[in-house]
Amino acid sequence: MAESEMRVAASDLHLAFGETRALAGVDVAVRAGEAVALMGPSGSGKSTLLHCLSGVLVPDSGQIKLLGRPLGEMSEAERSAFRLRNVGMVFQFGGLVPELTLAENVTLPLQLVGTKARVAKARADELLDALGIGELGGHVAGTVSGGQAQRAAVARALAHGPAVLLADEPTGALDTVTGEVVLDQLLGLAGEMDTAVVVVTHDNRVAAHCDRIVTITDGRVLTPETVG
Amino acid sequence: MGIVVVMSTSKTLLALLESEPAHGYSLKHRYDTALGQPRKIGFGQIYNALASFEKRGLAEVESVEVEAGPARKRYRITAEGVEAVEDWLCTPEPPEAYASAALLTKVSVALLSGRDPQLVLTSQREAHMSRMRDLTEQRRGAGGAHLLAITYELSHLDADLRWIDESGQRLQQGRMSYG
Repeated sequence: MAESEMRVAASDLHLAFGETRALAGVDVAVRAGEAVALMGPSGSGKSTLLHCLSGVLVPDSGQIKLLGRPLGEMSEAERSAFRLRNVGMVFQFGGLVPELTLAENVTLPLQLVGTKARVAKARADELLDALGIGELGGHVAGTVSGGQAQRAAVARALAHGPAVLLADEPTGALDTVTGEVVLDQLLGLAGEMDTAVVVVTHDNRVAAHCDRIVTITDGRVLTPETVG
Repeated sequence: MGIVVVMSTSKTLLALLESEPAHGYSLKHRYDTALGQPRKIGFGQIYNALASFEKRGLAEVESVEVEAGPARKRYRITAEGVEAVEDWLCTPEPPEAYASAALLTKVSVALLSGRDPQLVLTSQREAHMSRMRDLTEQRRGAGGAHLLAITYELSHLDADLRWIDESGQRLQQGRMSYG
């Protein structure tokens, strides 16, 4: 894989929390439009890796490049601004602001990067429509179902057209059928935007939606499975 | 007549006769398209089943079409056949705890012989994931019985994979030895 094709490229990442070795020489790369599942037992380091890739955690050593730019060479403020523009995040429990409407939740990241309110609202409506919950834009997040909230979380993560989408157990709180719909929508929209996707999951059926599976055990990548 | 015990493929064929009578060719088409089975059923199996149904009183010949070529018998289900179908549908399948017995045997043999059972688990995991990916793709365009057949297989593969993963973890933690 040529480096220029990569949206995310991590090499030889090491990170320890005290005596606990979380990452012990991890290499992983994801290209534009590709979806990669990160799998492994609890405590294997997969969520830690995801947070390193997002720039929230800083590894003790090794290098992470997002869009070819080394995160380690940025100040914390630069890294935060870079993440805001280029990375979308989806969490297991949505992480929406419960007092705001779904549309307001989706416009939030757009407004943080300076998008005009009218444009942000139109973008939110478009995405909520695409996810099949257009009629719920005015509903307060705390009052909708888990599946609807997770669709809104997907819309929020993709609203600014991120180069990279990082998802931590995005359907872990949903039943199988609802989770499958949300995942299809997430990967479908990300694919249209040519976004690189990394999904942390315990669920083999979620992993089967991805182009590739990277398995982590004890902070190391096992031989990655390569599939068409 | 009491309930006749027949194998599940035969029971499925009998059940497919219930909606309307059929001759062998149309029953094969109905089976292949309605159930979304990965393997098509052979004509020999169809005609053997129909002959068996007739012999056991579960189906009877409704008409015989004589055109060019051999005569074609058209079969319809009998009341006894409907009873057999109902009984089959209402009787739960025995839970099969060792459905993946071949894999379990291979892992056990690897442990017994001092080989690395992780290799067995890893190669099986890749084969299972590859099949899951194919099924996930097929699921997108599927509906009705075919969709249910796909999700049935997905669920079973998923259960196998969870066993593979758990076994891999236990082996790695050194908690497992043979015996």
